[in-house]
Amino acid sequence: MAEKKEIIPKKHPMPVQDPRERIRNFNEVALGYDEETAVAEAKRCLQCKKEPCRQGCPVEVDIPAFIRMVAERDFEGAIKKIKEKNALPAVCGRVCPQENQCEKYCTLGKKHEPVAIGRLERFCADWELARGVFPQEVAPPTGFKVAVVGSGPAGLTCAADLAKLGHKVTVFEALHVPGGVLMYGIPEFRLPKRVVQAEIDNLRNLGVEIVTNAVVGKFATVDELMEEEGYDAVFIGTGAGLPYFMNIPGENSCGVYSANEFLTRVNLMKAYLFPAWDTPIKVGRKVAVIGGGNVAMDAARTALRLGAEESWIVYRRTEKEMPARHEEVENAKEEGIKFAFLTNPVRILADEHGWVKGMECLRYELGEPDESGRRRPVPIPGSEFIMEVDTVVVAIGQAPNPLVPRTTRGLEIGKKGNIVADPATGATSKPGVFAGGDVVTGAATVILAMGAGRIAARSIHAYLMSKKA
Amino acid sequence: MFKILEKEVFSPVIKKMVVEAPRVARRCQAGQFVILRVQENGERIPLTIADFDREKGTITIVFQEVGKTTKLLGTLNAGDYILDFVGPLGTPSHIENFGTVVCVGGGVGIAPVFPIARALKEAGNYVISIIGARTKELLFWEDRMREVSDELLVTTDDGSYVRKGFVTDVLKELIEQRGKENINLVLAIGPQPMMRACCKVTGEYGIKTIVSLNSLMVDGTGMCGCCRVTVGGQTRFVCVDGPEFDGHQVDWDILARRSATFRQEEQRALELYTGQCKCGGGN
Repeated sequence: MAEKKEIIPKKHPMPVQDPRERIRNFNEVALGYDEETAVAEAKRCLQCKKEPCRQGCPVEVDIPAFIRMVAERDFEGAIKKIKEKNALPAVCGRVCPQENQCEKYCTLGKKHEPVAIGRLERFCADWELARGVFPQEVAPPTGFKVAVVGSGPAGLTCAADLAKLGHKVTVFEALHVPGGVLMYGIPEFRLPKRVVQAEIDNLRNLGVEIVTNAVVGKFATVDELMEEEGYDAVFIGTGAGLPYFMNIPGENSCGVYSANEFLTRVNLMKAYLFPAWDTPIKVGRKVAVIGGGNVAMDAARTALRLGAEESWIVYRRTEKEMPARHEEVENAKEEGIKFAFLTNPVRILADEHGWVKGMECLRYELGEPDESGRRRPVPIPGSEFIMEVDTVVVAIGQAPNPLVPRTTRGLEIGKKGNIVADPATGATSKPGVFAGGDVVTGAATVILAMGAGRIAARSIHAYLMSKKA
Repeated sequence: MFKILEKEVFSPVIKKMVVEAPRVARRCQAGQFVILRVQENGERIPLTIADFDREKGTITIVFQEVGKTTKLLGTLNAGDYILDFVGPLGTPSHIENFGTVVCVGGGVGIAPVFPIARALKEAGNYVISIIGARTKELLFWEDRMREVSDELLVTTDDGSYVRKGFVTDVLKELIEQRGKENINLVLAIGPQPMMRACCKVTGEYGIKTIVSLNSLMVDGTGMCGCCRVTVGGQTRFVCVDGPEFDGHQVDWDILARRSATFRQEEQRALELYTGQCKCGGGN
């Protein structure tokens, strides 16, 4: 490790679909590294002793170790190393905001571009998926049964960890396919559904049973799962799937969608393949997406691919405050998404058939920072103007779905409808019930949900083992 | 996969199926609904539960063939499977002893009225039911409705059976005869124009009226807001806050417009399915 090595200042670029082509299809935009590029990128890693990158990874992947294996062309070893910690590497390598996580702490990144950790993780996972997934070791059965409610990133991670520890895990999913936001929210062009599917099949190989069409709180409550069906512990990872609307006049006009509806129709129900698939979707010529997060970017880029002539992001702050991933904003710009900053609608206007024909908007300026630390947008009086649009997608955030919190006895609920859980353990106020992901934190990221799933799995294991003793 | 145990053809367009779904049957209550998906490339459609048998673990659905998915569903037979069948969804009907309740079922809406009328009767209400259909052929469950009602009034729009007239005509006559103070609640389920018309009648007499709304839905669990309606000036989600609401508070214009959002697409899907498409497109 002591030898001097030549520093390559920039990440090896990843090939992408040409923007002019890709706005006409739903195929993946980023095409991934080939073996040679992956090895070359892996060789950029300095293999620092302090491993600062690891502190930025919520699921604690041994980053230097797997990168060293890639550099040595031991791809099988590399993916096994990743999977010791990460149940969904093909997903994380694609959708994590690495600039705020592992890559933020990369030593190389202090003077140059950080090592492309996310791209290398993705490379390893795709390399494995192309060859069929290697079986993983599972501990002998413990005799304990755990129910996982919700099959999004938090639930899947928790289920995988518990299964590996030898517990019998059943995942209950309300929709007809597992995956949560990975299936209904994040579009195909960012996260191909076959990739998610493969990672879920992998969980089944660990012995995890996944029951779809199972709305916990309706077909059975958490209490019934524990008292009547013999589950020794429950993990709640039901996410933040309740869409916020703006509560402005005209919002129930035709052509106004929540981002959840818009993206669910397209991603889960494959409305972009209508009429070969039965679920319809309708976009007009000029679409406005309200909001500045990843969901807003996904909706705006989806609208373009559905044939909109103009797709606008309407955001009440400036570009600097947008919470979306940097790479997605760049991709959106390349594709011709237009941005109206410091703008927010106050009323939606409809034609005589009840269809959207425009939005009355106000211009904003930035005031003092608010409790989130971002400068507060302040409307400018008298700045009203009409933006002519025929489709509106509201992407201003989601609240935790209340179904499980409301139907579970003895569960402490926070002000925003979230489940109160100890961040260090995932334990809730109800013995044997743990929670993590967006249902605890409110809408956040895939990797944070996975981290919470991991933490909860660890404490569920400890809880069950203490019961045995 | 959910097995169809029985199929009964009420008329060329109205069919009944008994589906094996023990998890749904164990917990469901009057007024709730299911969402089903017939096959892999299918859409999710909501259907109100028409009956259930907890011991046998079955759910009964009754549907009218109005578009591609319901036509496709209608081609299935006993022994076939429905790919996805999720429930029970929605808030159950509020059941208590109100006194005298009038249950109105229009067309295929007779089916979802049935379990609610039964629950109301079991709760000690005096149940007067009014059922009606466009024509005799489309009328069903007269016998079952009679079993759960103290009085049953039947009508057909064209007069082909019992009497001529809409259910609203019968409702109005009934209120006139008995006096508005002797009717404590009206429950109306059927096509939107019929429910709206019932509310107009009862509104004149100030009789509280519950309707079961049939807006467009995708997930049915409150995550998308596709089914949202304006009730008493507030936005509500039919799938979780409903499907039952105070009919006098519902903004029927918005509901009707939103229900028509995908009319062209629905028409196209149906034409492609039945082979009547003249556009030459599709794939």
